[in-house]
Amino acid sequence: MALKHVNAVVIGSGAGGGVVAKELAAAGLSVVLLERGKWHTAAECRKDDLRNQRTSVLGNGFGPDDERDPRVFVDDQGRERVVLASEGGYNNNAACVGGGTFCYGAMAWRFMEKDFRMRSTYGAIEGSTLEDWPIGYGDLEPYYEKAEWEMGVSGDDRENPFKAPRKKPLPMPAMPPNREYEVLKPAAKRLGLHPFDIPMLRNTVPYNGRGPCMRCRWCVGFACEVDSRSGTHNTVIPKALATGNCELRTRCMAREITVDAQGRARSVIYHDEDDRRQEQTADLVVVSCSAIESARLLLNSKSKLFPSGLGNRHDWVGRNLQGHTYTGAVGLFDFEAYDDLGPGAQIALCDYNHGNPGLAGGAMLANEFIRLPYQFVTQVPPFVPSWGPEHKEWVRNAFKRTIAVQGPTQEIPVFDARVEADPKVKDYWGIPVARLSGGRHAHTIEIGRFMAVKAEEWLKEAGAVRTWRRQPARGLSAGQHQAGTCRMGNDPKTSVVDRHCRVHDVDNVYVIDGSVHVTNGGFNPVLTILAVAYYASDNLVREWRGRKGRV
Amino acid sequence: MSVRFRRIRRRKFLKLGFAAASAGTLTSCGRSGGGAYWRCFTPAEARTAEAICERIIPKDEFAGAAEAGVVRFIDRQLTRQYRKHQAAYREGLAAVEAAGREKFQKAFPELSAEEQTEILQEIQEKHAEFFGLVRAHTMQGYYGDPRHGGNQDAVSWKMLGLPDPPVRGRLPYEKELS
Repeated sequence: MALKHVNAVVIGSGAGGGVVAKELAAAGLSVVLLERGKWHTAAECRKDDLRNQRTSVLGNGFGPDDERDPRVFVDDQGRERVVLASEGGYNNNAACVGGGTFCYGAMAWRFMEKDFRMRSTYGAIEGSTLEDWPIGYGDLEPYYEKAEWEMGVSGDDRENPFKAPRKKPLPMPAMPPNREYEVLKPAAKRLGLHPFDIPMLRNTVPYNGRGPCMRCRWCVGFACEVDSRSGTHNTVIPKALATGNCELRTRCMAREITVDAQGRARSVIYHDEDDRRQEQTADLVVVSCSAIESARLLLNSKSKLFPSGLGNRHDWVGRNLQGHTYTGAVGLFDFEAYDDLGPGAQIALCDYNHGNPGLAGGAMLANEFIRLPYQFVTQVPPFVPSWGPEHKEWVRNAFKRTIAVQGPTQEIPVFDARVEADPKVKDYWGIPVARLSGGRHAHTIEIGRFMAVKAEEWLKEAGAVRTWRRQPARGLSAGQHQAGTCRMGNDPKTSVVDRHCRVHDVDNVYVIDGSVHVTNGGFNPVLTILAVAYYASDNLVREWRGRKGRV
Repeated sequence: MSVRFRRIRRRKFLKLGFAAASAGTLTSCGRSGGGAYWRCFTPAEARTAEAICERIIPKDEFAGAAEAGVVRFIDRQLTRQYRKHQAAYREGLAAVEAAGREKFQKAFPELSAEEQTEILQEIQEKHAEFFGLVRAHTMQGYYGDPRHGGNQDAVSWKMLGLPDPPVRGRLPYEKELS
């Protein structure tokens, strides 16, 4: 039986799709929101140190599962292998209602003005597709504010002189300081730096009908037991459903977007929870599957008019895959710095995001999220034996006496870091899987090394008796901060979507998630994904109403 | 409360394990004899594994890997998430035994701690992949969640001074839900 035609199908219920579904439904459009994972509740969540979204040695906490959805990973030597969803090379993002926002750390950063003008600020870089965004901070400012107030952000960035101007303060106060904060803040000030309280999508006071954080140890990677951390699953998606205009279909895996003879999208073909093949027709299709899966879906949507995939006339879909190059340092102290208070990460500085001599960008630096024992054990420093009595002794003595400071280096985009549809390997439903290949730009590595030195200086000033650096990884970068694969731009020959996230040559298909980021900022990207989603939805609704007016 | 719950579950699990073993349904790892405790290892393999794990995390005033049930964790996971590593374990454990007999003419578990360490340093070089596996799995079993069969009585968490069961319901502010 054919499914009832709707105005819009939104594929993916993470940061991008959740917001779009709500905005469209609130404007009166009929919406179907497809999600390949399920809707987890806080009540069923397990605090499992070995099976969660951060430490997945025994599997992903919130999908995808290992059986159905592999990928092909090509390493920097060109060797390819099939990787399962819980394995490192997979570059996973949670597959569940809320997507990454269900189990993330929830740092809620606005990008800085220069983050949208990287090419103008630093010039062309050899071997990179570095470019400006077609929109600026000013275009997104009202939508950053909307995200902060509708979703709920706590924190205090008044002492951050580098931030882009904001019109309204954050709706909730910062978390009371933990011990790491007390140690690191005066140290940063002594160095002439500008530390402040990290903005977080986490309640510190009752907000939106949900209580404040209880400061437990099981934070990033886990479901929030008291539902104080905000994601699309407990904010905009319930609102979308409450309008009566939005239907959420979980455990539905999108296969392809079909087009009509004029090259406009007609429907989305997907596999429902009973593996039945379904076709949902719609006036609009919004792709919000995060950078890897959004590119995969477009590339798998082949037709006579688009033989190499929807929106891929100029071979830009899947290109410029990027995430963040995390580097930093760890310090050992002669006192206990660990006080068992989550979320742990509380203090940051933006002194090194831009203006570093000879470097095109930088990163925000912050103390790390609270650590669980097994996580700590995997990070023993190079001077400690990896097993035996000395190792045990080290873990026992150092667990509560270390502080880690690190930051997400803004990456210099590389055209050949990419997502393709694999020609051979198919998933459970017979859909070609994502094939990931390419590496990081040498300059990204250079910036990452610089950030590690700066992190180490901070820890030394804080009184660390011994420090060691975390050096940048090489090879492909994507992970939970994956972005860039459907670049936003004015020129259809060098980008995939226009400034309103519409695919250049298909006027009723939009990509709204991290894929459209031209560059990914020196920050966790979620608030920017949310802001872009609000911004793009606003335009979409305006156009929808205009078109209806004409009819 | 939670401790008791866990114990009941473990007993129930054992019972199920016995039933399954005597019914001969453990096909993927069917080398253990009737009524054996292990799902995947033979009793001899389990003893070797236990000795290896104990050298990776030895006993001091806190339990070592053997006492903390790390081999139970590994054995259980070898029938689940780590099924693909069964062959690596079979070969790796045999290599450890062979090295011990060659060098000291004794079964590995019977060697002194120093002798065992010497053998394992050799294995770390010659069978790096296997050693990497058993090292990682030992750390997981010892420092990970007790629900998976290791970290018995949350011994590693106690060692690190982390409260268990977790303190829940701590609220830094008055909770006033509108």
